[in-house]
Amino acid sequence: MQPQALEDPFVPDIYRVEKVRRELADAVTLELEPQSGTRPDFRPGQFNMLYAFGVGEVAISMSASARLGAGFVHTVRNAGAVSGALARLEPGATLGVRGPFGTGWPVPEAEGRDVLIVAGGLGLAPLRPAIQDVLAHRERYGRVTILVGCRSPHDILYQHDLEEWRQRLDVTVEVTVDHAGTDWHGDVGFVTTLIPRSPFDPDNAVAMVCGPEVMMRFAASALLKAGVPASAIHLSMERNMKCAIGLCGHCQFGPKFVCKDGPVFPLDRISGLLAVQEI
Amino acid sequence: MQDSKADVTRVVIDTKGLQCLLEALAQAGYRVVGPTVRDEAIVYDDIAGIESLPVGWTDRQEAGRYALERRGDDACFGYVVGPHSWKKFLFPPVETLWTARRDEAGAMAVSRPEPSQGPFAFIGMRACEIEAIAIQDRVFEQGPYTDTAYAARRSDAFIVALNCGQAGGTCFCVSMDTGPKAKHGFDLALTEMIDGPSHRFLVEVGSEAGARIMVQVPHEQASAGQVEMAEAIVERTAGQMGRSLDTQGLKELLQDNPEHPRWDDVAMRCLTCANCTMVCPTCFCSTVEDHSDLTNTEAQRVRKWDSCFTMDYSYIHGGSVRASTASRYRQWMTHKLANWIDQFGTSGCVGCGRCITWCPVGIDLTEEAAAIRAAPGEKGSG
Repeated sequence: MQPQALEDPFVPDIYRVEKVRRELADAVTLELEPQSGTRPDFRPGQFNMLYAFGVGEVAISMSASARLGAGFVHTVRNAGAVSGALARLEPGATLGVRGPFGTGWPVPEAEGRDVLIVAGGLGLAPLRPAIQDVLAHRERYGRVTILVGCRSPHDILYQHDLEEWRQRLDVTVEVTVDHAGTDWHGDVGFVTTLIPRSPFDPDNAVAMVCGPEVMMRFAASALLKAGVPASAIHLSMERNMKCAIGLCGHCQFGPKFVCKDGPVFPLDRISGLLAVQEI
Repeated sequence: MQDSKADVTRVVIDTKGLQCLLEALAQAGYRVVGPTVRDEAIVYDDIAGIESLPVGWTDRQEAGRYALERRGDDACFGYVVGPHSWKKFLFPPVETLWTARRDEAGAMAVSRPEPSQGPFAFIGMRACEIEAIAIQDRVFEQGPYTDTAYAARRSDAFIVALNCGQAGGTCFCVSMDTGPKAKHGFDLALTEMIDGPSHRFLVEVGSEAGARIMVQVPHEQASAGQVEMAEAIVERTAGQMGRSLDTQGLKELLQDNPEHPRWDDVAMRCLTCANCTMVCPTCFCSTVEDHSDLTNTEAQRVRKWDSCFTMDYSYIHGGSVRASTASRYRQWMTHKLANWIDQFGTSGCVGCGRCITWCPVGIDLTEEAAAIRAAPGEKGSG
């Protein structure tokens, strides 16, 4: 047996859970620190493969900017055997990490332009590092708008962050839910309905969209209808992933591999595929 | 371009020479694998000598049909291709990627197993199979990440090619420009020549390693007549193709027709059994299985061949992306013949015909492609 080679993309590095924060009934945020050495740099929108000992591995995006800490932050929803095992980890536990993989959000490319963030449900998690990086250099961007859609008021992720961003005078934050009780005083309806009334210049805006595929399809057509060119609309796609390094074939989306050509794609490169069922 | 004939050494050996070659490779430390008869098929496995080869056997192939028959001679390589391909050696069907240990404090350490199983000498590799390996090289070695275990097995391998003396009922390498003659990528290339009592092999030397081995094998210089005879054999094979595939504009044709009614038509026949992907020499999809022992202190990750025909393949939380048979067949064929070109700069098909022969219901991708070409732009009912 050879000692593990860090540069080997098949082998996970070992990380320790530093902090666990419960976000929703079925979702937690894990703060991870490398057991030895330093974590690699990464861009907003990229993902890691997280390994729960003996259970398996799953692709999870980074949910906090690299500028905010020396480790990785991941928000995990208990949706299966592996993510369930990850969501049950406690501080001090170890897990495996391979990454970072994939393309990122066009945060530097958006400088000088209006920024429109459109998130559906847990889709806010991969977008949060992009928001944090934009706000860290707020003066470099035009108008910044964050639109969030959730199933119910109980499913609003990062409520604390949303409240903090909403207090700023230079950021527009809108939250809408699919259904709510009488104690909800905000918007009700799909997140796409917020797009037409948001302040942005369609000729000089960059949109970053993440959520369920059907939500992204509707958001993309609402943005196109508002006049944003397809090349300025970016979506984060999701497919089954096993290797994350372009060798296992699972994440194919037409001719694209979501792991290495994505997960973040400009719409003009995938618009034909997005319209086809079961591709 | 240089005249390739001028810098290729051509010699002739007889069956004793072939035995000598197999022994020399084994002595040089290679694990010698080649064709042999087992379970009423010609498969690839370890061979002890020429007595392990399918001497005097041939195969008859059609869509959904494969049968061995006796030949009227003692040809060693008088068949086409069987259900196996060499990928089972270079890209094993089951491979442990790593093992992990966890101590009582919860600290975890991961280690990779030593690469094993080689180096291989492959005996009787067809031209289409050499091209298939070149295609897998692009997948495993030429992307942003390399499968180092594959690369090690690949670079150590010694390849004895065999120029085909006959084509099978499902062969179409001529359409794919991948055969029937091996043009590169071999250490030695044989053409089997049987003329009455004379049983000889023309040997082309394709590498220095090939030349070194041939020093140990009794041979004679090839005469002009023998070279001509070998060329005539390959030429005759090229004229026998059982199938053909029109590749002109095929990528665009398939990519532009994801909603063609033919996908629903083929879905009525396809059993989604995954046979086509298992026998395909280029299909590279794999999954991983993670296990642990009962005490949960030792775990391992095992990679296994996977197929785009399974429901699990496209599963994400909430369900499978490709639930219908039509979408899975479309994925396989469009990937193989079209998307592969965008991904790796080459078609994923070498025209070996295995997917046609080993389909239990005889689905023929050349027929499916022709049907879409006959009525492009049609849309199904959805």
